[in-house]
Amino acid sequence: MELICPAGTPAAFREAVDAGADAVYCGFRDETNARNFPGLNFTRDELREAIAYARRNGTQTFVALNTFMRAGDEEIWYRAAADAVALGADAMILADFGLMAHVAEHYPDQRLHVSVQASASNVDAINFLVDAFNAKRVVLPRTLTIADIARIAPKIRCEIEVFVFGGLCVMAEGRCSLSSYATGKSPNMNGVCSPASHVRYRKEADELVSELGAYTINRFAAGEAAGYPTLCKGRFDIADEPGYAFEDPVSLDVMGEIDALTAAGVSALKVEGRQRGKAYVAEVVSTLKKALSAKPDDRSALLAHLRGLSEGQKTTSGAYEKRWR
Amino acid sequence: MDIARPSLTMGPVYYLWDSAKWRDFHFRIAEESPFERVVIGETVCSKRQHFIEPHIAEVIERLEDAGKTVLLSTLALVTLERESRLIRELARDSQHMVEANDLSALGLLNGKAHSIGPLVNVYNSATARLLAERSACRICLPPELPFSSVKRVVSETPGVDFEVFAFGRMPLAISARCAHARSKGKIKDNCQFVCGEDPDGLPVRTLDRQSFLALNGVQTISHTCQALLGELGELAACGVSAIRLSPQDCDMVAVATLYRDALDGNIGADEAAEKLRRVYPAAPLSNGFHHGREGAAWVARARDTAHAG
Repeated sequence: MELICPAGTPAAFREAVDAGADAVYCGFRDETNARNFPGLNFTRDELREAIAYARRNGTQTFVALNTFMRAGDEEIWYRAAADAVALGADAMILADFGLMAHVAEHYPDQRLHVSVQASASNVDAINFLVDAFNAKRVVLPRTLTIADIARIAPKIRCEIEVFVFGGLCVMAEGRCSLSSYATGKSPNMNGVCSPASHVRYRKEADELVSELGAYTINRFAAGEAAGYPTLCKGRFDIADEPGYAFEDPVSLDVMGEIDALTAAGVSALKVEGRQRGKAYVAEVVSTLKKALSAKPDDRSALLAHLRGLSEGQKTTSGAYEKRWR
Repeated sequence: MDIARPSLTMGPVYYLWDSAKWRDFHFRIAEESPFERVVIGETVCSKRQHFIEPHIAEVIERLEDAGKTVLLSTLALVTLERESRLIRELARDSQHMVEANDLSALGLLNGKAHSIGPLVNVYNSATARLLAERSACRICLPPELPFSSVKRVVSETPGVDFEVFAFGRMPLAISARCAHARSKGKIKDNCQFVCGEDPDGLPVRTLDRQSFLALNGVQTISHTCQALLGELGELAACGVSAIRLSPQDCDMVAVATLYRDALDGNIGADEAAEKLRRVYPAAPLSNGFHHGREGAAWVARARDTAHAG
């Protein structure tokens, strides 16, 4: 089982390699990837050095070009793909069919992975991408249960990678315009969701109010831990009942299901968190690496330790567990 | 420049309406509306399929007798084997043009003329051309697309008929989880079709009582209603050949007639917007995505752009 780890900075990249990642994924410092946050990501030179460092340590580098090309500016994405190939990326993680077609045509030897943002959620969809673009691996959308994965795995003609730890999209990834509805900036077009540029916090009496664009996303009583106003993790009123309408402020953790995922036919486990600091990456990657080779009894102690690092300290199995729906 | 006047397409009903209401709604569309084509079929949740199934044949017949072209919509999110099977059968057997709303349908429809729905990510002409090579002949572009992109995609993809989503609450997200059922104390697998209680969606307000979104089963839609009226001229001028109106729980014959009049230059954009607000008072109008802004925004237009061309 491979462990695929995030890196938003060269420092986090080295930590992930040192901690035993089988592959590290990262992106360029622009809108070609879905974590286009200020201060994150790699220049061409930084990526060249990172890939060399990974190679020396037997680690692979995956480059995420997983946003959708803006009409008229396709050259930005084509250039990024050309550079990723030239710099020696072991795989490219893509979401846009137009870009997949371009890469498959111009770089037929380049390994192509289907991003979670492509939302390939069933056998016919995945085999279409394998046949059309020679995709070698699919990152499954977080809409499938483990039983669903076990059912489709034998019928698809590529490897399966799944998210196991970190932030959790409630909506089918790559098919959500909630952020742009409120702010004009979206994961698909700009590589950002609920961008910091549109976030405001204000005090109102004893309460802290978090806003995204013109909308209140949450209100926190004095002493309540205040989270970042990611739109789908906000508290809203439905029929005069306030509550977390879409998802509580939790993060994903299905490392307890490693054996079931292995049996289901998964070949790589992915950790979310390119926006996280190097200390977080080091801790999570080294612990998960240990957990992968530990006996089931020892594993739970290792994983319990990690929960303290999770967003809101609460975790969920998300869609992997049927009752979540 | 002589510009062909765009035709009108009615999108699939995204909501769960009871069977008789769904049937009668389409009968009236057949008899009284100026739509040229109508897309039908459950698109949001496969569990709802049986509500419309008994009436599909008679609705198709009535629409075709009235001279309308019928397209059959596929599901937006396909995970279960039962759902995959439905799409395979439709792709193989349908006598009507199928509209693809997910990747599996795209794969299965290769070699057979088909339409691409607004829930498929077509952001650029490289993607549109690829779909065209794989037998797509119509594409309804996603509501999120700004006009600058619409213009480029249309001009760089000859041989495809493009549509733009010009009326209706916008589909913004879809999930494996049913927030609608959860809000009523149910889960998806035992939902008892509670989404049917809200034929125009269940409002989601902020804690400061701002109207914001609405739930429609596993789909999240906008509170505002997309309304491209002052923009119709530039859409027609750039080569968009059809305008899509997405059914809301209101008088869709009146909505379609208004858009037809606006397209034909019989009514100005401001007046059309005023009338539209009266026909569908439940939601404020928005057109922000078209203008590269937040989707909920309403951008007032200069008065002279209503009938360019």
